[in-house]
Amino acid sequence: MPRLKGHHRTFYKHRLPMRLAHWVGAVCLFILLLSGLQIFNAHPYLYWGSASDFNAPWLAIDARNTEQSGIEGQVRLYGHSLETTGVLGLSGGEGGNADQRAFPSWLTIPGGRWLSMGRSWHFFFAWLLVINASVFLIWAAFSGHLRQLVPTRADWLGFGESVKDHLRFKHPTGEAATRYNVLQKLAYLFVSFGLGSLIVTTGLCMSPRMDTVMSDFLTFYGGRQSARSIHFLAASGLVLFVVVHLFEVIVTGPLNNLRSMITGHYRYRTDTNHKEKHDD
Amino acid sequence: MTDFTRRSIIKALAGTGGLLTLTGCDSLSRTPWFTDILSSGETLSDVAQHAITPRKGMAREFAREDISPQFRQNGSTNPQTSEYRKLAANNFKDYVLKVGGRVKNPMNLDMAAIRALPSRTQITRHDCVEGWSAIGEWTGARLNALLKQVQPLPGARYLVFHCADEYGSSQSRYYESIDMEDAEHPQTLLAYDLNGEALPIGNGAPLRLRVERQLGYKMAKYIMSIEVVDSFDNIGGGNGGFWEDRGYAWYAGI
Repeated sequence: MPRLKGHHRTFYKHRLPMRLAHWVGAVCLFILLLSGLQIFNAHPYLYWGSASDFNAPWLAIDARNTEQSGIEGQVRLYGHSLETTGVLGLSGGEGGNADQRAFPSWLTIPGGRWLSMGRSWHFFFAWLLVINASVFLIWAAFSGHLRQLVPTRADWLGFGESVKDHLRFKHPTGEAATRYNVLQKLAYLFVSFGLGSLIVTTGLCMSPRMDTVMSDFLTFYGGRQSARSIHFLAASGLVLFVVVHLFEVIVTGPLNNLRSMITGHYRYRTDTNHKEKHDD
Repeated sequence: MTDFTRRSIIKALAGTGGLLTLTGCDSLSRTPWFTDILSSGETLSDVAQHAITPRKGMAREFAREDISPQFRQNGSTNPQTSEYRKLAANNFKDYVLKVGGRVKNPMNLDMAAIRALPSRTQITRHDCVEGWSAIGEWTGARLNALLKQVQPLPGARYLVFHCADEYGSSQSRYYESIDMEDAEHPQTLLAYDLNGEALPIGNGAPLRLRVERQLGYKMAKYIMSIEVVDSFDNIGGGNGGFWEDRGYAWYAGI
């Protein structure tokens, strides 16, 4: 029950299973990303197809020797190269002391070059993420939470308006802020069902044992090296989602949002000129 | 609180939090009880993959035109042990593979005897733990045919492959082990030909293992002997392989 408190009301927005799944998922994604970059560093080249054409990676993050300035870090994307010394390709320490590594040590778990340990972290938290997501999904399906995420007719009609509002950083206030808006719904659905299933299945496609039963997936993705590339791109998509998500959290009231994801309680204004609307 | 201070507090918190987390991850990576918990993920992969994929499930085989122009030579590419140098100098004419351990009929096989065993040719994809893949055509003796001849004794669980190379500056011999399920698999070969020609030294001449449903480090090169055992606890570092003794998982199906 919403309780009155001056011009503010608090509202129980996020139920406990939701909050737990959110934070377990956040920790998993963080560790999976950084241990994933450790694994990527073991061979910082991406290819399309089944096998690696070492002469033609579509993405390379490595170091090159130049006559003028010695060794420098570089990112090569389809043959176009960009110098990235200090961050990508070559980082940590000056000149000759720098490490030749694709992602810098402050972006990998563990920090140093340690593939076997990176794999241990990655696989443990991959299992945790999959278990967390499965339990959450079952809860979401039966508790009605998932239904909240399905855009309504009204949502679709207001789609253009919602896009404009987001671009102007104008966000729903008052009671409307207690519900998911249409872009939010679509983002959550796309991330969980789109990117989520993409990253899990491309991950499994890299397993030679799983490939004995996943040949259709493998064909669909275009081979194991394509699956590895798509895994990397899906991870980049998740990073983009987290960036936008954190941005929206901050512009719509970071402390209130944070509290609602910890305690469940969300505070919103009840203006007199902002009549409560019920669209269902 | 002004927006500015609020923002800087959040930023500072996030920054220290991030740093603490990463330093924390590094020290946890050196804490045995924690890494034991972490490695349970890989054990779970092993159990789950064996539960949902058939024992005799076949690795995909490719067409001739899929073969990689150059099959990458990785790990040891030119063993320097005197034993191996002597064999290589004579083009492996004096090579003898010893098969022993918990078997009824220990055997010594020269290259002619190995080539006389039932063989198989397969074009498969080789996946390195580093992330790259290469496709090659392998011809070799079927390991299950050899096992039929040596007859493992009851209780035999693993095959240990002892190799001629000392990887890098490790001063310890490469070795690997697989279980009976993989040893009996129709695609598991003692390969002696790559792409229709005798296996080059860089790829493991005269004999290397092909276990097509696992990663490259399981596929021991320069095999000198095969030991059938019920446990690998007392071999090498006790973890079943050179890389396993250095932290890699024994099951390399993922």
